[in-house]
Amino acid sequence: MKSISIIGAGPAGIEAATVLASQGITVHLFERTASPMKNVADKAFLFPNFAPATDIVEAMGKKLLNNNIVQHLDTDIVAIARQDGGWKLSDARGESHYTDIVIMATGYEPFDAHRKEELGYGIYSGVITSLEMEKMIRYQRVENSMGERPKRVVFLQCVGSRDEKSGNHYCSKVCCVTAVKQAIELKRQLPDVDAYIFYMDLRMWGQHFEELYRSSQQEYGVRFVRGRISEASGTFDGRVQIKAEDTLMGLPLKLTTDLLVLMVGMEASQGTRRLGSACGICGEYGFAQSVDPHLRDNFTAADGVFVCGACKRPMSINDVVNDGRSAALAVLECLGH
Amino acid sequence: MTDEIFNPFVLPFLAGVAFLLIFSVWKYWRWIRGFDKLQRTVIRKNIFSWRFLPAIWESVREGLLHWRITKKNLLLGYMHRSLAFGWFLLIVVGFFQAMFAFPEGHHFWMAIFFNYFEPSHDISYPHAEFMANLMDVLLIYVLSGLLLAMFKKVWSRPMGMKRTTRHTLMDRVAKLALWCIFPLRLLSEAATSALYGNGGFMTRGLGNFLAEIGIADPTFALSCWTLYSIALGLFFCLMPFTRYMHIFTEIFLIFFRQLGVTDGDKKTGYTMFELSACSRCGICIDGCPMNRELGIVNMQGVYMLQSIRNLELQKNAESLAENCMMCDRCVADCPVNIDLSVIRRQVRIRSKADIDTHDGYGYLKNVQPFNAMSRVVYFGGCMTHLTPAISAAMERIFAAAGQKYWYMDKEESICCGRPLLQQGFENQAFELRRKNTEMIVGSKATMLVTSCPICFQSFTKEYKLPIPVMHHTQYIDMLLREGRLKVRHDDRRVAYHDPCELGRGCGVFDEPRRVLEATTTLLRTDEEREHSLCCGFNMGNPLLNLEQQTLVRNAARDNLMACNPDTIATACPMCKKAFAHADNVPVKDIAEIVAANII
Repeated sequence: MKSISIIGAGPAGIEAATVLASQGITVHLFERTASPMKNVADKAFLFPNFAPATDIVEAMGKKLLNNNIVQHLDTDIVAIARQDGGWKLSDARGESHYTDIVIMATGYEPFDAHRKEELGYGIYSGVITSLEMEKMIRYQRVENSMGERPKRVVFLQCVGSRDEKSGNHYCSKVCCVTAVKQAIELKRQLPDVDAYIFYMDLRMWGQHFEELYRSSQQEYGVRFVRGRISEASGTFDGRVQIKAEDTLMGLPLKLTTDLLVLMVGMEASQGTRRLGSACGICGEYGFAQSVDPHLRDNFTAADGVFVCGACKRPMSINDVVNDGRSAALAVLECLGH
Repeated sequence: MTDEIFNPFVLPFLAGVAFLLIFSVWKYWRWIRGFDKLQRTVIRKNIFSWRFLPAIWESVREGLLHWRITKKNLLLGYMHRSLAFGWFLLIVVGFFQAMFAFPEGHHFWMAIFFNYFEPSHDISYPHAEFMANLMDVLLIYVLSGLLLAMFKKVWSRPMGMKRTTRHTLMDRVAKLALWCIFPLRLLSEAATSALYGNGGFMTRGLGNFLAEIGIADPTFALSCWTLYSIALGLFFCLMPFTRYMHIFTEIFLIFFRQLGVTDGDKKTGYTMFELSACSRCGICIDGCPMNRELGIVNMQGVYMLQSIRNLELQKNAESLAENCMMCDRCVADCPVNIDLSVIRRQVRIRSKADIDTHDGYGYLKNVQPFNAMSRVVYFGGCMTHLTPAISAAMERIFAAAGQKYWYMDKEESICCGRPLLQQGFENQAFELRRKNTEMIVGSKATMLVTSCPICFQSFTKEYKLPIPVMHHTQYIDMLLREGRLKVRHDDRRVAYHDPCELGRGCGVFDEPRRVLEATTTLLRTDEEREHSLCCGFNMGNPLLNLEQQTLVRNAARDNLMACNPDTIATACPMCKKAFAHADNVPVKDIAEIVAANII
């Protein structure tokens, strides 16, 4: 019987483990942090149906109760190397784990907003990222830097995505709808707040996204401005002044806001970069490369290494879960089931 | 003894000299008349001052001894010096030799073709043997330089040059004539020596050899002398149309420059001197980041000057002038110190004179001056708005030093105008300068501090402000020296990147280093100070794409990273952004490092 290891206990890794375990196969699930579903745990609600993120985390947690899943939490796999026809995984503590088949589900990392210095993240306390906004919404503590109820909140799309200068030419796919979702949640919690979304173009690709976008304008009065923000600066009262161009009006504009929310994109995580390059499947922008995006999207050029989830490219949670299942099926196919 | 004083073979030489003389005098006279008012005033004021003697000395040192080239590469310097100084000595010593030999007086060509005319007079004159040998030594000196020049043609690396210039046809013909002159001289002298036994040790030796192999006859000697004279005449005739015009022009240029003449935004007679003073040595090609990182070798100073000078190529000049980052590396490298960036900007200005964008400056009216009496004006600059950590650090430093300040462009920012000017938009830049001057003068502030080296260069060179202007590195250095700011030394190891506009542009190399040494451990890098590499993200070149800029940036980054620093420090918001996009080593402005270390 071939041994199977899954690296990363996010939605993709857990889903793949569940499918394999349900076939009576023992899988080893490695997770860098102390608990699974780390990236989802801090989310409030998930688009498009505003399902509480806690529900998903709970449901996925239950799946882990299967006896065929051996969890290795707090085990950061830092190296992978070919050994005796299989793979040797080494963790940060220096221990080695031998396995025949690897499923990489090492996921993404949010773009570090410090890298866009002109937007003032880390310099002005009124500038926050979408992740911090999500937490504020989740714990119902949307506050400006002085701890007061904000009067105006500005969301800026495409921070670290579709941006030549930061080196990421790709679209991170989920930020457009996330901003719309967060703006709606914000308006639900604070109906009299002014919400603006600055965008290049809005990509409402998924089911119900377009409807969400329309209702954000019609029912919630969220304002959309086409244009990027060129620079942010602090004001004496702890707010943020932004300079931008409204490219539909063709006019430069200045706006003072309590909060500037940077919709940070997805980048390949450290683990994805490290393990991907160690087994020779590191593709564009450090994401893991599958053999074929249509027919063999879970297979890789490295023998016995499968990939699933956001380690391949930016993906939404529902896509990631599906891709985890798909990777498990690819492994079963390989095992001859 | 026939006392021959003339032979028709000297005619080509005489024709060449006459042509060169008339043509150069006419050319120089025209150029000097083309000096603008300011340049004339400067010359008139300084020619009878203490500047005169140093100007002469500098002209001699560079024109004959090629001091700067020697500092760059010993062999290259030797080559240029042996040809220039050696030839000069041949003429001078030859003149004395003729004076001794023909005490009754002589025509000047008799000194030039001395060995031919000597035997027909009395060969026994004072110091004859010594002078003949001395002339041979000098000829060897020149010939050794010639050999090096030929060697450089084949393999230029040992001479410190990776690349040599592509020359025009005219240049190559002139070079051929020049290369023929000295071997022909040796051959002619040897052929005469074979007949009469005159000349020094080398001439006689070769003469004996010629006699031995049986070609010691007067016809052969005369044809050698004729060829020598033709080579000289041809070279002199071609000189005004080729790069060899630099030989004389350089001397004039250095002289004028030492008197304090500079070039401005319009082409003047002085520009013509600069254009012709370029020897097309090609030293500007090697250091240029466009060549080093991008393999672009058609736009460097040497080619741009050539295209401005050559009427047929003038259309080309405009596109060549655009394709440059204006990092001034070539200006630092140029052995004649030609102000290549200013000349390039002149071309850019000429090509954009007809573009009218005046409508866009209505917003200037709404910006009002502020009364900042006895305060410092802080001008962040447009680029500093994109790196707010720098301006935030400066605000902390002002506060810590107890200095009241007015952040002039915090809300309504007006560009200093230099980016426009560098692109050739002279009138537009002038509008901005006028408004900024009005604001700064109107504020009655005592000093201007800026965070952006581009603004700094603009305020110091393009504005005429009545108050001192400092870059923030200079200002912080001053605060530290005066004890108004106290900082602690941390254990960071820092590599400092010299911004082009601050270092080469304004000569500010020491203040940033002093400040860094007070706060961190400053590392040395391979290419720093005048030789620092451009970060690639400046606003000089509108034609480069991001990929090319990145290649240039990577070279500069690799130079810094080679000394394995914990932090990259710089003093320019653009350089900061360039490096920040690149790596996992933190990139800090000096102001940020200081602000974090304030006690």
